[in-house]
Amino acid sequence: MLGIINWVTLLLLLVTTVGLLLHQDWRWGVGFLAVQYIGVFWLVQTHWPITMAAVKLVTGWMVCVILGMGTLRAGLSSELEPSRPQGRLFRIFTSGIIIAATFAISLRASAWLGLSLQLSWGSLLLMGMGLLQLGISAQPFRVILGLVTILGGFEIIYASVESSVLVAALLSVVNLGLALSGSYFMSMSEDENL
Amino acid sequence: MNAPFLFIILPLFLAGLLLLFQNQKFNTLAACVFSILLTLVAWLVPMDTILTLGNWSFKLTTTFNVLGRHLILASGDRSLLVLIYGSSTLWFAPSLATRATHRLIPLGLAITALLVAALAVDPFLFAALLIEMAVLISLPLLSTPGQRPGRGLIRFLIFQTLAMPFILFSGWLLAGLEANPGNVGLVQQSAILIGLGFAFLLAVFPFYSWIPMISEESSPYAAGFILWIFSTVTLFFGLGFLDRYAWLRDSPSLGIILISAGILMIVTGGFLVGFERHLGRIMGYAVIMGNGFSLIAISIGFASGLNLFFMLIIPRVISLLIWSFTLTVLKDDHPSLFMDDLKGLAHSWPYAASGLVLANLSLAGMPLLACYPSLQLIWVSLATRSLPALIWVLIGGLGLFISALRTILGFVTSRDEFSWGSRETGLQRIFLVVGIATLLMLGLFPQWTLLLWSHLPNMFTHLGQ
Repeated sequence: MLGIINWVTLLLLLVTTVGLLLHQDWRWGVGFLAVQYIGVFWLVQTHWPITMAAVKLVTGWMVCVILGMGTLRAGLSSELEPSRPQGRLFRIFTSGIIIAATFAISLRASAWLGLSLQLSWGSLLLMGMGLLQLGISAQPFRVILGLVTILGGFEIIYASVESSVLVAALLSVVNLGLALSGSYFMSMSEDENL
Repeated sequence: MNAPFLFIILPLFLAGLLLLFQNQKFNTLAACVFSILLTLVAWLVPMDTILTLGNWSFKLTTTFNVLGRHLILASGDRSLLVLIYGSSTLWFAPSLATRATHRLIPLGLAITALLVAALAVDPFLFAALLIEMAVLISLPLLSTPGQRPGRGLIRFLIFQTLAMPFILFSGWLLAGLEANPGNVGLVQQSAILIGLGFAFLLAVFPFYSWIPMISEESSPYAAGFILWIFSTVTLFFGLGFLDRYAWLRDSPSLGIILISAGILMIVTGGFLVGFERHLGRIMGYAVIMGNGFSLIAISIGFASGLNLFFMLIIPRVISLLIWSFTLTVLKDDHPSLFMDDLKGLAHSWPYAASGLVLANLSLAGMPLLACYPSLQLIWVSLATRSLPALIWVLIGGLGLFISALRTILGFVTSRDEFSWGSRETGLQRIFLVVGIATLLMLGLFPQWTLLLWSHLPNMFTHLGQ
C-alpha cells in the first residue's frame, strides 16, 4: 500500500515540477509549489518520524505564503521573459529529457543509496527540474522556485541519511531565507518600477 | 562564560539590535568597540582556564549546545577569532567615511558571527548550512536599494546555494569512508562531491563569473567585505577538511588539483583583467586571482604552504580594504566606474587615486608593497616544484599589473576642466593615508604580521604540524 502511495506521490511531483516550468502565472507557480511540498513531506516521512517530516510541509507552505505575498505586493505580471527560451514545446521537450535522465540515474542511485526507486527518482527529478528552471530563467521569482525545488529534492535524499534536528531546523531556516530573499528581490523590482 | 556564546550568539544579538538604529555613526562606533573587545578577549583570555580578577573568577568554556549538536571554540581557534574580528573592525571603521554602506554594520556583524559559527559547529559539515545562511543575509547588503537585483547577485545566490547540498552529502559519504577506508569507488565519489562543493563555494574556475559582476553592480565596499570574508572562511573550512581526512590529505592528486585550479584562476583572471575597463570588476578579478594564489600556497606543501597561505591573509585584507574603500569614495561622486569616465581623476581625488593604484599594485605583487613578500615566497616555492607553472602564474599576474598601469594612465590623463586639489573629506584622507602607509610598511616589514598569524596552524591537528 505504501509503495502505491509513493508512486502516486512521485506522479504528483512529476506533475508539479512540469507545471512549475510550463505555467508563467505566479499564482500557478505558488500553487504547484505548495502541492510539491506535500510530495516532499510524504517521501521524507518514509525515513523520518511524521512529526519531524511535518516541518518540511509547514516550512514549505510558509515559503509559498512568503513568495505569494511578496509577488502580490510587487504586482508581478505574468509576462514572459524576453530573449529566453519561451516556447511551451521547448519546455515540454527539455522536461522530458530531464525525466528520462533522472529515471536512468535513479535506477543506479537507488541501489547505491539503498533507497526505493520512488524516493530516489522523486529526489533526482526535483533536483533536475529545479536546475532546468534555473537554467532557463533569470527572474528572481523563478530563480527562487528553482532553488527551493532543488533543495526539496535534496532534502528527500538527505533525510534518508541524516536525521539530526539541527539539520532539519537549519534547512528550514535556509528555505525560509530563500523565500524572504525572493520576496525582497521582488520588492526591489517594484521600487524600480515606481 | 561561554566562548561560542560570546563570539557567535552575542554578535548576532547585537547585529539584530543595531538593525533597529538608523544612526550610522552610533552603529559604526558600537560595532567597532564590540569587535575590538572580542578581538582583545580572543587574544588575551585563555579558554578552559579559571581566571581570577579580584574576588571574581571566571572560566571561558569552549562548548555551546544547540539542538543536540555543539558549537566549539577551543584554544587553537583564538588566533582565527583575533584575525576575523580584528579584520572586521578594520572593515567597519572606515565605513564612517562613506555614504553607501549604512547596512554594512549590522549585516556585516551578523555575517561574521554566522561564519565563525560555521567554523565552530560540530559536526563540521553542517558549516555548509551556516554559510548558506550568511549568504542569504548578505543579499540585502549587496543589493542596491530601489534597483532590480543584478545578474551577479542572482548568480552568487545560485552558486552558493548549490554548494550546500554537495558539501552536506559528501559528509555522509565521508562517514561511510571512515567505516570502510578501502573502498576506492567511495573515495572517488566523495572527492568529486567535495570538489564540486568547494568549486561553487570558493568560486573556483569556471564558477567565478559572479565575482566581477557583483563588484560592478554592488557597493564596492560591501562587495569587498563579502568577497574577503567568504573566501577566507571557505579556505579555512577547506583546510578543516584536509586536516580531518587523512586519505584526502595524503592523496597524490590533491596537490595537482589545487595547483591546477589556482593557476587556472590566476591565468584566466589575469587575461580578463588585462582588458577590463570597469574599476570595480578589476577588483573582482583581483580577488579571484588572490584566491588562486591561496590555493597554490596550500598546494605547495602542508607545513610551509600553510604558512604561506596564512602569511598572505593580512596583506590581502589590507589591500582589498583600501581598494574597495577608494572605489566607494570615488563612486559616491562618480557613479560610473568605467575608466573612460574617470579620466584625470588624480587631479581632484589624489588620495583615493593613489590608494586605488597602490592596492592594485600590491595585489599584483609589486615589490615594497604589502602582498609582495608572501607572493614572492609563493613564486619561489612554485619555481622549485614546476617552472612552467610559475611562468603561467607570472603571465597571469602580469594582467593585474597591466590593469594598474592602465588605471594610472587614465587617472593622470589631463582634461582641461580638472584643476589640482583634493575633494576627499578629512576623515577619508586620514583613512587613506593610514591605509597607504600600512601597505608600504607591510611591504618593508612583513614580519610585523607574524604575531597575528604564527599561531593559526594550532587550529589544525595534522596540517599545522
